[in-house]
Amino acid sequence: MATETHGAEHATEGTGLVFHPMDQFIVKPLFGHGDVGLFTITNVTLWLFLAIVAIVLLMVVGTSRRAIVPSRSQSVAELAYGFVYKMVEDVTGKDGLKYFPYIMTLFMFIVFANFLGLIPMSFTTTSHFAVTVPLALAVFIGVTVLGFVKNGPGFLGLFWVSSAPLALRPILAIIEVISYFVRPMSHSIRLAGNVMAGHAVIKVFAGFAALAAVSPISILAITAMYGLEVLVAFIQAYVFTILTCVYLKDALHPSH
Amino acid sequence: MEGIQFLGAGIAGLGTGIAALGVGNVAANFLAGALRNPSAAGSQTATLFIGIAFAEALGIFSFLIALLLMFAV
Repeated sequence: MATETHGAEHATEGTGLVFHPMDQFIVKPLFGHGDVGLFTITNVTLWLFLAIVAIVLLMVVGTSRRAIVPSRSQSVAELAYGFVYKMVEDVTGKDGLKYFPYIMTLFMFIVFANFLGLIPMSFTTTSHFAVTVPLALAVFIGVTVLGFVKNGPGFLGLFWVSSAPLALRPILAIIEVISYFVRPMSHSIRLAGNVMAGHAVIKVFAGFAALAAVSPISILAITAMYGLEVLVAFIQAYVFTILTCVYLKDALHPSH
Repeated sequence: MEGIQFLGAGIAGLGTGIAALGVGNVAANFLAGALRNPSAAGSQTATLFIGIAFAEALGIFSFLIALLLMFAV
């Protein structure tokens, strides 16, 4: 978290803003003011925990009555379930449904972490690469292992574009290999970057709100950005999930 | 040489704007296609979002470079 502490230093020497827009991403211990170690309970821990609690409340407690006429929470849970189920079925195909629980977990976790981060004064866990990189790496490693287990050496056919002219194939293979290994990077940076950028923009406008001349405009801008962020919070979770489905499809059917 | 990294951050920030052109291009072409053949549009929204995500990721990369220049260098 080196960048965040640098941000705090900038804030003290800054001229115009009362607070630094990146201050909201500082990881600090929940109790006391010590250093952040490996097992320190920080604000990240708290908000990750709250995300899990919220998911359990919706998906386990909310659906526990199993009513034929669903209650409000049950219909939301069923909606989410059906949405992800259809996505996996459409993108990956019938044989991808075996991996549906994992993809559902990913989707629910990212959606809840994003939306909890939109509560004012809360901490956005998905804005940290320390949270999104493990998610993306887990997908990358899992999909690669799965591809080799399911297809054996045939999985390497993913890199050999058989529909291209023979002379072009080695060049395409190099490009395909590079793009394959960039996947976990872009997968994680897309989520964290989008969430971080949106929240930083909101805080920049909040800094301008202290100036009386521009405060109406900046408060309007905060409202507009917040609306956009609600959209982004969902779309980024959707994109993360659907890319997981696409990678899974590549692993199950590597031939072009 | 003090502020030159901020200049670099500003230049890297241009990349985000160019990525916005790309995202707009994807959405515009999707809309143009969808209006010609509305019945096929519904099944292609997933493709739309994948396209937008790929175009946007590269803009986010340049945003990240800007952040690194601002805070990490």
